[in-house]
Amino acid sequence: MRATLRRWQEWAERRLPALTRHKRPEHLPILLHRRRIYIVPTGFGMAFAVLLLVMLVGSLNYANNAALLLTCMLGAASCASMLVAFRSLNGLRLTGVRQGRAMAGEPLAIQLVFAGGDHDHRSVHADMDGQAEAFAVAAHGETLVPLNLATVQRGWQPLPRLKLWSHWPLGLFHAWSWIHPDQAVLVWPRPETGGPPPSPHGEAQQQPRLHQGEDIVALRDYRVGDPQRHVAWKHSARHHSLLVKDFEQPEAQEEWHLDWRQLPQLSNEARIARLARWLGEAEAVGRPTSLWLPGEEIGLGHGRSHYTHCMNALASLP
Amino acid sequence: MRLHLFRRKPVPPIGTRPFDLLCLTTAVVLGVHAPHLPVWLTAALAATLAARWWQRRRRGGIAPAYLKLPLVALLAAAVVFHYGTLFGREPGGALAVGLLVLKLLETEAPRDARVGAAFACFALMTALLFDQGLVSTLLVALGLLPALATLRALEPARPATTLPRELLPALKLLGASLPLALLAFVFVPRLSSPLWGAPNAAASRTGLSPDMSPGDMTDLLTDDRPAMRVGFDEAPPPAAQRYFRAYVMWHYDGRRWSHVDTGEAPSTVQYGATLRYTVSLEANGQRALPALDMPIEAPDRSRLEPDGELRAATPVNDTMVYTLHSATGYRLQAQLGERERQRGLQLPSGFNPRAHALAESWRTRYGANDEAIVQAALRLFHDGGFSYTLAPAPLGRDAVDDFLFATHEGFCEHYASAFTVLMRAAGIPARVVTGYQGGYWNSLGNYLLVRQSDAHAWSEVWMPGRGWQRVDPTAAVRPERVSQGAAAAAATASDWSPNQWWLGLRNRWDIVNRWWNQGVIGFDTLRQHGLLTPFGMRDANAGMLGLVLAVGGSLMAMLGLLWAVWTRPTGDPAREALRLLERRLAAAGVARRHSEGPQHYFSRAARAFPSQRAELERLMRTYLALRYAYDEPPAGLLKNFRQAVRDFRPRRVVK
Repeated sequence: MRATLRRWQEWAERRLPALTRHKRPEHLPILLHRRRIYIVPTGFGMAFAVLLLVMLVGSLNYANNAALLLTCMLGAASCASMLVAFRSLNGLRLTGVRQGRAMAGEPLAIQLVFAGGDHDHRSVHADMDGQAEAFAVAAHGETLVPLNLATVQRGWQPLPRLKLWSHWPLGLFHAWSWIHPDQAVLVWPRPETGGPPPSPHGEAQQQPRLHQGEDIVALRDYRVGDPQRHVAWKHSARHHSLLVKDFEQPEAQEEWHLDWRQLPQLSNEARIARLARWLGEAEAVGRPTSLWLPGEEIGLGHGRSHYTHCMNALASLP
Repeated sequence: MRLHLFRRKPVPPIGTRPFDLLCLTTAVVLGVHAPHLPVWLTAALAATLAARWWQRRRRGGIAPAYLKLPLVALLAAAVVFHYGTLFGREPGGALAVGLLVLKLLETEAPRDARVGAAFACFALMTALLFDQGLVSTLLVALGLLPALATLRALEPARPATTLPRELLPALKLLGASLPLALLAFVFVPRLSSPLWGAPNAAASRTGLSPDMSPGDMTDLLTDDRPAMRVGFDEAPPPAAQRYFRAYVMWHYDGRRWSHVDTGEAPSTVQYGATLRYTVSLEANGQRALPALDMPIEAPDRSRLEPDGELRAATPVNDTMVYTLHSATGYRLQAQLGERERQRGLQLPSGFNPRAHALAESWRTRYGANDEAIVQAALRLFHDGGFSYTLAPAPLGRDAVDDFLFATHEGFCEHYASAFTVLMRAAGIPARVVTGYQGGYWNSLGNYLLVRQSDAHAWSEVWMPGRGWQRVDPTAAVRPERVSQGAAAAAATASDWSPNQWWLGLRNRWDIVNRWWNQGVIGFDTLRQHGLLTPFGMRDANAGMLGLVLAVGGSLMAMLGLLWAVWTRPTGDPAREALRLLERRLAAAGVARRHSEGPQHYFSRAARAFPSQRAELERLMRTYLALRYAYDEPPAGLLKNFRQAVRDFRPRRVVK
């Protein structure tokens, strides 16, 4: 009995993948085709059918052939619109998913990349978790569909099932297809709201900076104690006072060597939240950081890409 | 207007374009209904429509309820005021159009616009209940375009385009669905009897009426709408014999001739050769079916009256097509009974003393020679200074005396009436017959087009032994009326006028109307049942028709599905051939993975099918050569590859 049921379910999954709830995730690209597009009349379509029936009975009753012809034309056009509705989905491909960045709890902006088949796809809607976005894809064209994904916790979050549907062209038929891409998006950990700064430790803190920055930012007046080689002689010759080259001094920001092992008293998630906060604070002021994590060690660096690297590493911790 | 039982999510209002299209749809509906709506109602509704369009364009927002509800009440009151009721065809049509316009006042959400567009389709159909001519049907069908375009424009993410271009896809959709529509139209089983009462005839329709007094027909004679079309099986009768009788009038009260229903049996008629012909009669709300002098038997659903009149069982409210036989040479009622003789001589006393005196003088002069008296009367009309005009001077109480001795002008009614009075005064049984005479012979379509303006009145006198003889006194005055038709008779000084030219053009164009009336409007149960005769089914019943409809519909659906799932070939024959191979291998269990190159795939397949290793490797080498070895692969190599792929069948090794 159970075996029969399972066999039946397997058959259903194979034959009607879009209908069954437990649709397995599939690889990209996902192509919509006739086996996975379903059509039912909309509420308006039903009402319109009733209206057509009234018109049909009326024209037959009054033996009015012109009215009957009109009714037939309208009915035939409605039927044809079913095929157009099917075609607006048929051949559509989901070729990729692009993700933005978001902390857990914030909505994550993602972009679905849809590619068109050999004809235009007009007025397609993508539904995900209650939000809908309408878009059109030209023949052999590509369209990015922005959606927001609600996030709860850090880490890899699989994309939910998406419903692609269309009421094109007359709103009489609802054509739809479920797709479930096997893609996951990475959600960054949520930083803790407050806490201590990292404790300075390690020999690196004691080492004075030997090198100053190399980029000249501005010229300023000489102050006692400025090294001679910093004096801008050429510029000073045209001035009444000595000018000194002022260098950018990123090293004014103290380096942070963030280490997973520094926080043994905290739980895993609390450690991650604290490290995330430190990384965020460092990023805000441009402080160079390095990060040691079990399984990954990230050297000193600063800037957006370094921050992203570190956060990604934090997010993908087990 | 809507009950808010549940709190709805706020819906964004529809854009300008869908609203414009909806306004256009409503305007078209108003336009096709305008001919039967009172002018003031059309004007008021058009003003409301324009005001709403302007208001939404300027400020937006819906009309408040305190404005809407009184307007609906006002509309209902106006309809009741004009028609006396809310129900029926005319008031219903007026109400539907009015409600559609008022619906626009509260249209903001897509749902309202959809309801409006769907209701507009219904209102368009109701316009056809009033007039189902070719042109009006075409106009109404074109009215579907903005309605469909509205529905289309309501869908989001639609490419922006101009207003006229919005209508094009709807036209394409209608065009593509035309075959299915025609199939359904031909095979939808018609009702043999109506489910509920057919609408009452419009009393205001012009046409022949069962009574006549001189001057009545002026409206009719200037009305050039088609009255009927007659197709003859053989050669048409000569112009002088194209008399179509509708009403025979016996009773005269000094002013008005009227038809009397006697309910007697048809009179005896002896006749020679007969003509078979088919009449397509336009709706006129009357029961009289005009028939060429003299109908021999009644067609279906009608009855032959004593005086050679045909009466339909029900008033003709839609175009009616009937086939019958008539004899142009005949002798009607060779023996006249005494009662009928008295009726044929009845005249009101105290009217027209001079006409009586004239008739009696003829009687004394010619004695018993009735024929001579008839000739004397015709001579009087021909030589007595009478003229033919559609705008004669009015007549007094002694209408015939005034006409004969004072005004000397009039048209067929005056002549027929005066002639019959003269005959009766002279003691010859006589009666007035009305109907149509003449018509335009459309040589392209081989049919006779008879317009309302061809309405005619003539007389019949009874001669002993010869029965009722047709005498047309109008012909004595103006022979063109009979030989060339009403238009020629009415033409005054100039031979050519724009109206004549226009009428001639329309006479030629009328063949399309005839085709429409016979092919579409006249396509009834009977002809539907005979539809399958060429396929050996003499009388197809509703079930058979339904079956044909289902089979035909399925065929069309199949064609449509083929169109829908057909994907254009990529135009790369090598790739197509490889796809075929992939499908075959996949069916045998070796599916190509995503991001798997052809070389890897082929070697995997070769491992799975060791017996065909050599073949697969050759295929792989050919494919790679096709892909990468040449800028333009040689045609022979491609052909070989495709052939090899077609011949390849994966064979599992039985272990």
